[in-house]
Amino acid sequence: MRGYGALISARFRTLLQYRSAAIVGFTTQIFFGLIFVMVFEAFFESSSLPQPMSEPDVITYIWLGQAFIMMLPWNVDRDLQALVRSGGVVYELLRPMDVYTAWFSRAIALRTAPAIMRSIPLLVIATLLFDMSGPDSLAAGLAFGVTMIGAILLSCAITNFISITLMWTISGEGVSGFAPAIVMVFSGMIVPIPFFPEWAQTIIRILPFSGLVDTPYRLYLGHLPASDLGLLFGHQLLWTFAFILLGRWMLSRGLRRLTVQGG
Amino acid sequence: MSKIVVENLAKTFQIPERRPGLWGALVGVARRTYRSVKALDGISFSIDSGELVGYIGPNGAGKSTTIKVISGILNPDSGRCEIDGLVPWEDRIAHVKRIGVVFGQRTQLWWDLPVIESFDLLRDIYAVDADEYVKTRDELVERLDIESLLNVPVRLLSLGQRMRCDLVAALLHRPSILFLDEPTVGLDSVSKLVFRDFIREMNTDRGLTVILTTHDMDDIEALCERVIVIGNGQILSDGPLAALRKQISPERLLIVEFEEEDARVSGLNAKIIEQDGHRTRLSFNPEKISASELIAQVAAQHPVRYLFVENPPIEEIIARMYTENSL
Repeated sequence: MRGYGALISARFRTLLQYRSAAIVGFTTQIFFGLIFVMVFEAFFESSSLPQPMSEPDVITYIWLGQAFIMMLPWNVDRDLQALVRSGGVVYELLRPMDVYTAWFSRAIALRTAPAIMRSIPLLVIATLLFDMSGPDSLAAGLAFGVTMIGAILLSCAITNFISITLMWTISGEGVSGFAPAIVMVFSGMIVPIPFFPEWAQTIIRILPFSGLVDTPYRLYLGHLPASDLGLLFGHQLLWTFAFILLGRWMLSRGLRRLTVQGG
Repeated sequence: MSKIVVENLAKTFQIPERRPGLWGALVGVARRTYRSVKALDGISFSIDSGELVGYIGPNGAGKSTTIKVISGILNPDSGRCEIDGLVPWEDRIAHVKRIGVVFGQRTQLWWDLPVIESFDLLRDIYAVDADEYVKTRDELVERLDIESLLNVPVRLLSLGQRMRCDLVAALLHRPSILFLDEPTVGLDSVSKLVFRDFIREMNTDRGLTVILTTHDMDDIEALCERVIVIGNGQILSDGPLAALRKQISPERLLIVEFEEEDARVSGLNAKIIEQDGHRTRLSFNPEKISASELIAQVAAQHPVRYLFVENPPIEEIIARMYTENSL
């Protein structure tokens, strides 16, 4: 375990070095957040029907989404991609470690370090300037905390799955093309899931991606009752487990047919 | 009992092939064709504890594939390999704890971290005892003189500096076997000397078993008692370097630079390969005529500015070996 912990901490420290990327990203997220807020304001003004979420709730939901966007499994681990491309992946196999767990450790760092760097200033700014509100209740806050951990684990399992596909596609461009579209839409990042048609909501709730965004944020708002925590956290863990099994199976096949790039 | 036993190892790679041009690319989308390449075609050898073995052969001969199989990275198609009682690809984790590997073309250090942090990380990954780690590290750091590099991020190191750091990294967990895959590629001569001294010392003083692949015949001559030659996935020869030389090509080269231009020599017990300007290249068989005798004969004909004796390059020896084996 000590080795994996050291791996997470080393990657984490490396990722914290990318300060300019964080600053640029922070500005982008403020910009996108404001656009989303404006779109929803226009929507609420033009609509007279009762809506599934209130306007202040949607605004908070949007800012949470922008703050934690780096936590989503929307891209491949560039570092790992470089390793596979150059053949440096041989050293991954020369370490006395389980490769899946080692890559999962990388994923944990990848999904937390940039997210932490961006979320803290963004949450402060959004609360002070853009009408973001705190959690609905203490219970809602705690449920949010628990399901954020579930969301990180799920995100890492999906990230690892994407990384493992690199062993077949090598470039990773294909996966990084469609993964963001699926993740952004079905997680509720673009439009909160309650705004989807009924029939679509049933499907989306079963799919894994709602566990990344919709579940923790609506618990935060009290829009999902904190008493549902067990069920929602279970949904996240079940999918995490499924992705881990699938990833492990693919990795063991991938390693068996491994051809090291570049001799 | 031997430390490393390899029997009949075979490995075939499926290389996707694409016909040239746009049409070829389109056809390739619909139907992939593969070409089988036999990287290893029945390799057998055994190595005792404390041996320092050179493993040579031209590009694509199967050297790196062998190293990757016996270090547990690749699964072979068939054959047996046992190293200290473990099968590398089956007991990978236990096996890699006991070996150190350096690939000359890649680094195992973390690109963005200072060298010392990479070392610390390896300590945790290999679960090396803290006191033992400090002792081993300080010894190696002092021996390879990299004290001043410890706080430099790896990406800023020169190739020679990086190689020294990589050697330390490969030995931090005190392995009993070291695999070196083309470690001297691209190194300057000073770095090569440092490298050779170090490996020789680790081998004689610590009893480290070493397998070294290289294209540099000087590495082999400086270090290896025993040389295994591989070509087209098969072992062509296995034995002491002197025997190999004798078997393939006993001859040496004498390169002479005369004081006068266009000085011609004749009537020597040697073959004139080239005479150009001041320089003449002769090839001779030391069993028929000793170097000193030949030099005396040459010097008697014209005043000599300087001269040196050279071994035919490794590629030449291997090339001859190929012709002899009609490969």
